[in-house]
Amino acid sequence: MKKYTFTEKKDTRSGFGAGMHELGQKNPNVVALCADLVGSLKLEAFIKENPERFVQCGISEANMISVSAGLTIGGKIPFATTFANFATGRVYDQIRQSVAYSGKNVKICASHAGLTLGEDGATHQILEDIGMMKMLPGMTVINPCDYNQTKAATIAIADYDGPVYLRFGRPVIPIFTAADQVYEIGKAWMVSEGTDVSIFATGHMVWEAIQAGEQLEAEGISAEIINIHTIKPLDEEAILKSIAKTRCAVTAEEHNRIGGLGDSVAQVIVKNDLVPQEYVAVNDSFGESGTPAQLMEKYGLTAADIVAAAKRAIAKKK
Amino acid sequence: MEIEQLEKVAAQVRRDIVRMVHGCQSGHPGGSLGCTDLLVALYFERMKLNEKDGKVVFDMDGAGEDLFFLSNGHISPLLYSVLARKGYFPVSELATFRKLNSRLQGHPTPHEHLEGIRIASGSLGQGMSVAIGAALAKKLNNDTSLVYVLMGDGEQQEGQVWEAATFAPHHKVDNLIAIVDLNGQQIDGPTAKVMDNRDLGAKYEAFGWEVMEVEEGNDMASVVKALYEAKSKAGHAKPIMIILHTGMGYGVDFMMGSHKWHGVAPNDEQLAAALAQLEESMGDY
Repeated sequence: MKKYTFTEKKDTRSGFGAGMHELGQKNPNVVALCADLVGSLKLEAFIKENPERFVQCGISEANMISVSAGLTIGGKIPFATTFANFATGRVYDQIRQSVAYSGKNVKICASHAGLTLGEDGATHQILEDIGMMKMLPGMTVINPCDYNQTKAATIAIADYDGPVYLRFGRPVIPIFTAADQVYEIGKAWMVSEGTDVSIFATGHMVWEAIQAGEQLEAEGISAEIINIHTIKPLDEEAILKSIAKTRCAVTAEEHNRIGGLGDSVAQVIVKNDLVPQEYVAVNDSFGESGTPAQLMEKYGLTAADIVAAAKRAIAKKK
Repeated sequence: MEIEQLEKVAAQVRRDIVRMVHGCQSGHPGGSLGCTDLLVALYFERMKLNEKDGKVVFDMDGAGEDLFFLSNGHISPLLYSVLARKGYFPVSELATFRKLNSRLQGHPTPHEHLEGIRIASGSLGQGMSVAIGAALAKKLNNDTSLVYVLMGDGEQQEGQVWEAATFAPHHKVDNLIAIVDLNGQQIDGPTAKVMDNRDLGAKYEAFGWEVMEVEEGNDMASVVKALYEAKSKAGHAKPIMIILHTGMGYGVDFMMGSHKWHGVAPNDEQLAAALAQLEESMGDY
């Protein structure tokens, strides 16, 4: 298995902030909007250098989404930012009508996704956002895995013409992807090749998958690990190529098992090449208060859970 | 354009509205008829529109031209008729309204690439926010043209309207002219009974808007005068709100003043009675 090491840990939301800082300097059409969470979204550097291109919306997320749609009329590229819960569930109809159905070039950028925002609890821990966003026709859904990838994805989506949901989070996690990577929307990233089981992971779960791959290797199991940073459009070719080799799959995501990455992968498997699949995801429940590590353990989202799922998937192979 | 000519256009637009709604036996004639004078005055007189060789041309960004957004998308027959009569797309296309494979969807959308439509509306309460965004883009682009948005009075019950109403004065969106169609009716009955908006003008004033009350929203001369007055108030650090008093169903006597014609199509006999009251000034589609 390919070895991954790290020298630094950072939050993915800081990768977003760094990406915005760079975009502010190189793309004059990029406009940032925020609903009273500038510090949480790490927008300070962008605002300092481009005060005229920052729109403070106050605690009015519905208005923020529709204002963003309006800004595209006139060639602006709005990045609408807030917590994932308020960026999706609270404003679903605004996104549906003003952004997706209207085909507007709005980037919805959401921090504090999933369980790992921790202590704030279930009101803020959205686990349904990937599902809601991927169901919208024309919406691109991205969930990068670390600081560097989030920064690269942030920069890349400005050059893509169409609505995007970019999901990232609060906890500090290892930086294990390259700082100079070129981010390609919709192109899965081969983390490590293997032969016995395919592990398709997204977001914070990619690092857990790498840890799981090392544990499996120690037990003589060769795991192929693929980072599905773009959930829609899904890189079906990469998935099919991998399962053709390994003949079983595990999906890992910080999201409800209903409607997330797992279901997207399952659709590909059912339609094309039937192999066993195991889900590592939240089991159709809300979250709760706790530290990120405690929550990931309680809700079954650790490397150990991926290892167990991989063994179950392998056992089901015909 | 002279007031008399504008009135002739309005009569034709009203014919189009009742014929379109009759043609598919669905749609919303009441609000469409009530706002006809406003939209004709905007598109045929007040708004600066991009033209080439004497014909209107449409592109999504609308740089250098005034923009109009319809937030209460259910009065789509009116918008479609005005856009077609202005020359954005063939008048004959009005016959496809609400039918399969038409660009003239029940509620307006840019999804079908219909010239003149920049945003989808229908789910109420979103249009003013969209118009604010477009107005902010114009400011960033140093484009001094104006942005108009029309909302219904029932629509004022949506919470998002008041998010936008708070935002626009705070950010000094003074290139925005919003209009509320105050016809006092909504689907379930008189607005005052369903959910009383109370004094909308006073509300917007309290939120920091420059408010104009226009009592004769179906008198073309009054509407045109109000639109020029509103334009003169633009650029003074406040968004502008026109509370436009109209009659639902205006122009067709048996449809006037009642919520019953909010979303009901006329039958053959009613269509004939309506058309008898409206001059065919530009030729039916």
